[in-house]
Amino acid sequence: MSDGEIAQKMSKGLREISVAEFFEKNRHLLGFDNPSKALLTVIKEAVDNSLDACEDAGILPEVTVRITQKSEDRFKIVVQDNGPGIIKEKIPRVFGKLLYGSKFYKLCQSRGQQGIGISAAVLYSQLTTGKPVIIRSRISKNKVPHEFHLRIDTTKNEPHIVKDVKYEGSFPDHGIYIEMEIEGSFKRGKRSVDEYIKQTALANPSSKISYRNPYKEKFYYPRIINQLPRKAKSIKPHPFGVELGVFERMAKGTHARSIAGFMSTDFSRVGLDTAKKICRIAKVNPSTPSHALGHAELEKIWRNLQKAKLMKPPLDCLSPISHAVLEKAVLKDTKAEFVASITRPPSVYRGNPFGIEVCIGYGGELPNEKSADIIRIANRVPLIHEASACAITKAIKDVDWRHYRVEHNNGVPTGPILILVHMYSTWIPYTSEGKEAIDAYPEISKEIKLAVQDCGRKLARFLAGKRKRQMEKKRHSLFEKYIPELAISLENLSGEKKQKIISDLQKVIKKPVVEGV
Amino acid sequence: MSDTKKKLIGFGKTLVKQIGEKKNPHVDVPIRSLSNINFNPKKKMLEMGSNTSRRFFFNVAHVRKFVQTTEAAAVAKELLEADKHLSLRQTFYKIKRTIPGTNINIVDEQQESNEAIEDLELITGEPREKLNINANKNGSVAGKVIIEDRGDTIDWSRLGSGGWAIPSNVENIKFKKVNAKFIIYMEKAAEWETLHEDKIWNKLNCIIMCSQGQATRGVRRLLKRLNEEFKLPVYVLVDGDPWGVYIYSVIKYGSISLAHMSDSLAIPSARLIGLTATDVEKYGLKRHLIKFKEIDKKRINQVSNYAWFRDKPEWQKEFNRWKKLGGKVELAALTSNGLSFMSEHYLPDKIRKKDLMD
Repeated sequence: MSDGEIAQKMSKGLREISVAEFFEKNRHLLGFDNPSKALLTVIKEAVDNSLDACEDAGILPEVTVRITQKSEDRFKIVVQDNGPGIIKEKIPRVFGKLLYGSKFYKLCQSRGQQGIGISAAVLYSQLTTGKPVIIRSRISKNKVPHEFHLRIDTTKNEPHIVKDVKYEGSFPDHGIYIEMEIEGSFKRGKRSVDEYIKQTALANPSSKISYRNPYKEKFYYPRIINQLPRKAKSIKPHPFGVELGVFERMAKGTHARSIAGFMSTDFSRVGLDTAKKICRIAKVNPSTPSHALGHAELEKIWRNLQKAKLMKPPLDCLSPISHAVLEKAVLKDTKAEFVASITRPPSVYRGNPFGIEVCIGYGGELPNEKSADIIRIANRVPLIHEASACAITKAIKDVDWRHYRVEHNNGVPTGPILILVHMYSTWIPYTSEGKEAIDAYPEISKEIKLAVQDCGRKLARFLAGKRKRQMEKKRHSLFEKYIPELAISLENLSGEKKQKIISDLQKVIKKPVVEGV
Repeated sequence: MSDTKKKLIGFGKTLVKQIGEKKNPHVDVPIRSLSNINFNPKKKMLEMGSNTSRRFFFNVAHVRKFVQTTEAAAVAKELLEADKHLSLRQTFYKIKRTIPGTNINIVDEQQESNEAIEDLELITGEPREKLNINANKNGSVAGKVIIEDRGDTIDWSRLGSGGWAIPSNVENIKFKKVNAKFIIYMEKAAEWETLHEDKIWNKLNCIIMCSQGQATRGVRRLLKRLNEEFKLPVYVLVDGDPWGVYIYSVIKYGSISLAHMSDSLAIPSARLIGLTATDVEKYGLKRHLIKFKEIDKKRINQVSNYAWFRDKPEWQKEFNRWKKLGGKVELAALTSNGLSFMSEHYLPDKIRKKDLMD
């Protein structure tokens, strides 16, 4: 057999794989690895989109989620929002084409990051039930809502419109309605949709969320503040967070006319002088058009760029929930007798600005006799799975809770405690595409730990005070019991009236510290 | 009004005044422990030091004892007013009651009321007898002595096999006739009965007295009065072990818990007649040695370190002899040398030879 023949034979097996196949093979990466997780992921993608759309349009979000069980493993999911809606022409691509979105080349703190979200849910629905999804959209009071029935043409990764009509039923002034049928399973407990909705409400206190689960239980989470969070600004990437491959791709696609111009306009914190200096060190003419440079030259420039002394990326592009608002949300949800919170000043890991907020609640309706409730939130999205792989859980376990006089089990505090940690960043480093656990970069772990410790100290002070008050109460009740007895003895001894002695003693007991003198 | 009653009322009024001034009511109680005991080498007796502890009502650790003490004071005042006496046990029941609406008793055990009464003695400076609270009578005496008690004339030589039962309060006894040269006090009733049967008090012209274990206060007061008023030497006869030595020590120097009353209780001239470590050799008692237990060894070290034994070479030698023997001997062991060995040989020999320890 000659060399050529083998290659010929092997190339017969090579063909373009469809998105459906890609999806099938990678569903675990996308959050669809098992029926209960798939159900959660579908809802998560839809709700994330709704909240993002509302915030982008400056509308206080109102989201309704309904899950109906059709058969043992089939569920109908409906998500409705009051967002700006999507114009008729764009709807098929937004919902019917994978990797289509506005967020892919922009660095901005936002919920989704890859644009794989909602169309993956549509594809999953189609693959498991064969039914088209129903999308209704209305962009203004003056326009009639539109209804699409969509499929994805899996060989071409293009939307296929099954039905395209005006929707005659009642519909809010603006917003999106999405209805899908999927195969799934509804689980209760810590990783349930119930829990996800609850945590979403906590992380998004300016939204109103109504939710009905398959057991027809209704939950309503009212709005806690009537103000949207500050809008996050988009920034250009900082060189320290850009890998060589991405750098090369950006160099090829830039509008800048020279390599120096490219560096100074397409990145944060690179001035034209710095860019020229880097070119000189890399022995490349700064005015060479970047698309004319080869791999070796680009790599040399990239390496020197990584070593350059650059300012930190701008930090004011981020938008925290704000610790005061978190406290309000936690109080409302748990009726905690104590809350403490902190928003740490933003910091940087690998050129990406990020911030950490922590809120700790104690007591109230929080369950005793078990480990603390850890709520992990990344860019306002609750993380439900893979808790133990997450930087947040690791940092909490790393705190020595004995310092704060809190019992712990395996590093996780026990008792009626809730620990909410929010990481917000232009880029959240997930450990996998499932976007469920934050990668433990040292800078991130350190910030989380500092924030948790800060709240831990406040909790310790509260607990010390609480113990003291309990002791004081116990002391008082002990003295209250003995006061009449002492009065009886002293009446017998001195002839003074018992009632007078009792009332005098009760005045002494009121004095704050009577131990000792 | 008696002084004692005035002191009790004064105690109550002081507390009421503090309460009226919105102060945390308190009382200073001398500390009754070894740390606050001094040995006075001149008077040859234990004395209470000047350390006091201030006890507060509004203090979780004090409140219970505080109320027990005021309650004991109220009971004593009631007894004085009614001119009645109660025993320690009866006083315990008088003080004991449950605080309404709780499961707290003012006292749960007699030990607590006993301590409250001892504190009250220290606070008022009045002995228990003057508070009309008595211990159980526990002790017998025989000898050629005639006394008068509550109008009755009693001859200690004509009271059959039991002898006279010593009451807890002997302050009002009148001695009509005392015909004796010394007193033998022993820790065991059994030995007393044997000696009484042998009428040793007639043979040696002495008084024999006992109580069970540590001498009760009534017995000690009776010894003290006879020693002081009739100059009768007191000889102490105890088991050969550290516990026996301490019984002797209490009679001679006073006790740690009643150090404040040493003046009226201690008899510095008292001597130990036996059993000594040398007796063991001399009277062939070695075969009756009962091996020391850990607690006995510990007690020897404790007792030998008390200030009033520490500086006495002969006593240090005695303790070392005991340690060498490694065991204790009971008085009853002397019976193995003959039924009346103690009254016919042991005691007469010792007294004749002045074989006594100081």
